[in-house]
Amino acid sequence: MISQVIFFCLLIFALLFFAKNAGRIYRNIKLGKAENRSDRPTERLKIMTLVAFGQKKMFKKPLPALLHLFVYVGFCIINIEMLEIVIDGVFGTHRVFSFMGSFYNFLIFAFEWLALAVLLSCAVFFVRRNMLHIYRFGGRELLKWPKTDANIILITEILLMAAFLGMNAADYKLQMLGHAPYHLAGAFPVSQYLAIILPDSAQTLVAIERACWWFHIVGVLAFLNYLPLSKHLHILLAFPNTYFSKLAPKGKFENMPSVTAEVKAMLDPTLPAPTAEISRFGVKDVQDLTWKNLLDAYTCTECGRCTAACPANITGKLLSPRKIMMDTRDRLEEVGINIDKNKVFQEDNKSLIDDYITREEIWACTTCNACVEQCPVNINPLEIIMGLRQYAIMEESKGPASVTAMFTNLENNGAPWKYAQADRANWTNT
Amino acid sequence: MESTFHIPTAAEMLANGETPDLLFWVGCAGSFDERAQRITRDICKILNHVGIKYAILGTEEGCTGDPAKRAGNEFVFQMQAMMNIQILEGYAIKKIVTACPHCFNTIKNEYPNLGGHFEVIHHTQLIQSLIDEGKLRPADGHAFQGKRITYHDPCYLGRANEVYEAPRKVLETLDADLIELKRCKSNGLCCGAGGAQMFKEPEPGNKDINMERTEDIIASKASIVAAACPFCMTMLRDGVKLKEKEAEIQVLDIAEITARANKL
Repeated sequence: MISQVIFFCLLIFALLFFAKNAGRIYRNIKLGKAENRSDRPTERLKIMTLVAFGQKKMFKKPLPALLHLFVYVGFCIINIEMLEIVIDGVFGTHRVFSFMGSFYNFLIFAFEWLALAVLLSCAVFFVRRNMLHIYRFGGRELLKWPKTDANIILITEILLMAAFLGMNAADYKLQMLGHAPYHLAGAFPVSQYLAIILPDSAQTLVAIERACWWFHIVGVLAFLNYLPLSKHLHILLAFPNTYFSKLAPKGKFENMPSVTAEVKAMLDPTLPAPTAEISRFGVKDVQDLTWKNLLDAYTCTECGRCTAACPANITGKLLSPRKIMMDTRDRLEEVGINIDKNKVFQEDNKSLIDDYITREEIWACTTCNACVEQCPVNINPLEIIMGLRQYAIMEESKGPASVTAMFTNLENNGAPWKYAQADRANWTNT
Repeated sequence: MESTFHIPTAAEMLANGETPDLLFWVGCAGSFDERAQRITRDICKILNHVGIKYAILGTEEGCTGDPAKRAGNEFVFQMQAMMNIQILEGYAIKKIVTACPHCFNTIKNEYPNLGGHFEVIHHTQLIQSLIDEGKLRPADGHAFQGKRITYHDPCYLGRANEVYEAPRKVLETLDADLIELKRCKSNGLCCGAGGAQMFKEPEPGNKDINMERTEDIIASKASIVAAACPFCMTMLRDGVKLKEKEAEIQVLDIAEITARANKL
């Protein structure tokens, strides 16, 4: 009875704490500018189904895709097992779903294989990440915390799966011994072999089974609350993030309506100049981004497929699209903490540009969309880079000298080069 | 090389009370860059050969504003765009073909929101449809038979607008040895000139992007690399030159290949 009470309190506390953190993230995302991404729901559902649910874009790289698929399917399905654990925990039952008989046996059979697949996949991921020199795991933005974060996730998953299999192994052995309440239930294709190395004493086996059970459930609840602090949040946000994908062709960059009004007034003097105050051209800080850009930042799992495909990064330039996303998230978290502390945002003399993302990074981008194409969860680092460029040019008039010269040529001659408009058709008579 | 035929402007046509069925948007590179001018002329030869009623804007054309927009100058972009839209509407233009993927992308995707609604195609798409209609077919014994040819996808044609097949269609008709680069189609590597990089020095790094791309081309052992963008043309030619491979590797636009294969 006492363990039921402890379990129940733990569960409620974990869920409340998670809800609080999820609320904070939702609030932070809402700091972004409005943008309508709710049109064409059928198309959006289709994208979400293919890209997030179906892992479509992962399969650009078959080996990690397959391993990731194991972890993903394992995670999704083991949630059914989690449901049983929660019910058992609250009501003090044991294997409450076992009344399903052979279907239950099939479920446990499948979970065991999946748990093994998850465990092995995570082990391979751990080796790939830490021992093999894979380009996308080597960026300077991954040093320190992001590297630790990744390893914490992998080790936790390995431990959780080991605990699950250990629990089953002890349970199986107790079932064989006929020790109440361990009635015959389930099929144990993996853990039956693990049972061989377990001791024969029923007391010890019960202790092992209980310890694994508690470790597993406490681990899962702790992991749930680790999500909002970690890149692992992608397991939840991948779904809304792909649903709200950009549907227009990748080459289409949105036009700024505030500029349209001014340009129209310039071209046609009979039109009145727009009176509305324009808050800002382009992006100086995270609040100038759209909520989708901010959702992108929280969804990024730092896999680095974007960076590994970025022509600037490949050729040794400072730009890394992954770092753009990580910087955006870091700055957004900082802004969020500021708001939590001061109720409203207090100026901290920092901004996304310069304090997080340097000019050299944004000017190295060729806008080639390789990063956008590669992202397995449809994140768009290019929109952020473009917003920062717009701020640098339109608010500060600060850009590479040759770029400013190009603007002058465009304004004077209608061409980016210094040739006269009148010479434009000279090629027709040469 | 003097054109043996007249290239009409929209203004001339209007004076004769006519409107072109197709407007050829030449673009700044196509107008001023000597190498790109050769592509421009070949497109005119193709248009002339198949008898399409086309025109250019001539001195009335202005930059679409693409480099300004990608460099962050929305004002200059929209100024250019609105002036161009006014001129195009003045000539009642409905359909546009262009040799520059940057012009293509901008007019197709970014002009509608400013009131400019035109059907825009890239010259490779026009050539594809002309091949499909049987109006263009390689002449016997053309220059490309048996040659090892590869194609470099321009970002603003490929990834940005998902035009991957049209340029390849041209090469497929050639009876040549076609190969794909290690990075191609949606995984293609940028030439290094997009996003206004064409007009500035690259940021410091280990190497320039066009050199990385040229290495892909050299590794493919192709003797001809087909381009479909004047910026890519410049970057790839520079790369081939710096690698001292000019004798072995030729960079040609899809339009040039079409014109030569059809002996125009």
